[in-house]
Amino acid sequence: MKPAPFAYVRAATLDDALRTLEEHGDGARVLAGGQSLMATLNMRLSAPEVLVDIGRVDGLAGIEDTGDTLRIGAMTRHVEVETSELVAEHAPLVASAMPHIAHPAIRNAGTFGGSIAFADPAAELPACAVALGARMTIAGKAGSRTVEADAFFRGLYETAIAPREILTAVEVPKIAPGWKSGLMELARRHGDYAIIGLAAHVEVEGGRFGGGRLVFFGAGDHPVAAAQTAALLEGETWSDRLADRLAASLKEELDPFEDLNADAAMRRHLAGVLVKRTLGPLAAA
Amino acid sequence: MDTNVDVSMRVNGDPVSRRIEARMNLVDFLREELGLSGSHVGCEHGVCGACTVRVDGRIVRGCLMVAAQADGADVTTIEGLSDTGEIRALQDAFVERNALQCGYCTPGMLLTLAELMERNRAASRSEIREFISGNYCRCTGYEAIVDAFEMARSARSGGGGDAA
Repeated sequence: MKPAPFAYVRAATLDDALRTLEEHGDGARVLAGGQSLMATLNMRLSAPEVLVDIGRVDGLAGIEDTGDTLRIGAMTRHVEVETSELVAEHAPLVASAMPHIAHPAIRNAGTFGGSIAFADPAAELPACAVALGARMTIAGKAGSRTVEADAFFRGLYETAIAPREILTAVEVPKIAPGWKSGLMELARRHGDYAIIGLAAHVEVEGGRFGGGRLVFFGAGDHPVAAAQTAALLEGETWSDRLADRLAASLKEELDPFEDLNADAAMRRHLAGVLVKRTLGPLAAA
Repeated sequence: MDTNVDVSMRVNGDPVSRRIEARMNLVDFLREELGLSGSHVGCEHGVCGACTVRVDGRIVRGCLMVAAQADGADVTTIEGLSDTGEIRALQDAFVERNALQCGYCTPGMLLTLAELMERNRAASRSEIREFISGNYCRCTGYEAIVDAFEMARSARSGGGGDAA
């Protein structure tokens, strides 16, 4: 199908984009890489009056080493993140998520910030952001503010970005010594949205787990941190018994949705499978 | 507000300018405004890969970007890639290995495989499959397409250097 008619404004600067959003209110949508937005427009699930293209706004793209964090500009294309040495070294969880995001042609166009702002419940990057404790920078008329990942994802496609605001960057804390991370997902076809997936970021020293986070995607209406289950890791070494305890705990803790791909019981089961497949190798490595 | 927009870009090396509806996506622009019907329209929501074209050196979905986003860009379609001879070896291998039947996915497949040839020419069969996972083919079962990439790769290495 074809989208309903809309006007198109290419913002030259961030102020320009914010002003256009102010002017058009709810009728305006921000266009970044367009890899989710265009599909919804084509299917007429959404019919904005005006698209504000931020693709050429200076300073929104790029990956910067700030010392303790990597600052990933919202307009940074997935392919740049996928091939970044900084990301591979300091944010291996993000690096391991990239090949799972759709397909090469989509990663060439889609943006890091777009995935975070769109907040699809089955998407990888929101879960990574929660697992790593990333901070989102959001610009509005009154200036910029920062929101922690835990407070950012609020519900189905719902984030802390208010109308007339724009996500400008994501700050990802660098991985600390003694921490390891892994991402795994189950999908019917590589590149499809996951039936369920796990972003794990844990402390492991000498095969013994410390703290950490187990964040599931495709398990609820936004990234789900299984805190109760993650707490069971503390002080333990990897064993089949631990794996079984974790799987049993996840069955209690997770309350996933059901759809054509899997019912809730299957998702709960798969969560346990993912934990085994992800954490076992992390403990051994 | 005006729902039309002026766009100018370079397509297969030639500069083009048009006034179009802002909602017109890139693949419709190429097919309907420029008559370049080699890029195909399949699902129109980014799933099938039939509309794959190259924008500023990288493949994208032609249905997932409005033509206005490509203003000022350098766009290459299957027509351009064929004319320059860049994918000659791939095209020959597609014929040789029966890597197409109806041909609907073929332009998108070729654009995608041309990028793989640049990025990871030594790709294993599973890496080739993964790279084309965003391009649907309902005829071949993909095996012949993977065969064709492997064949084209050896033809190229035997042929004295990279075309790119």
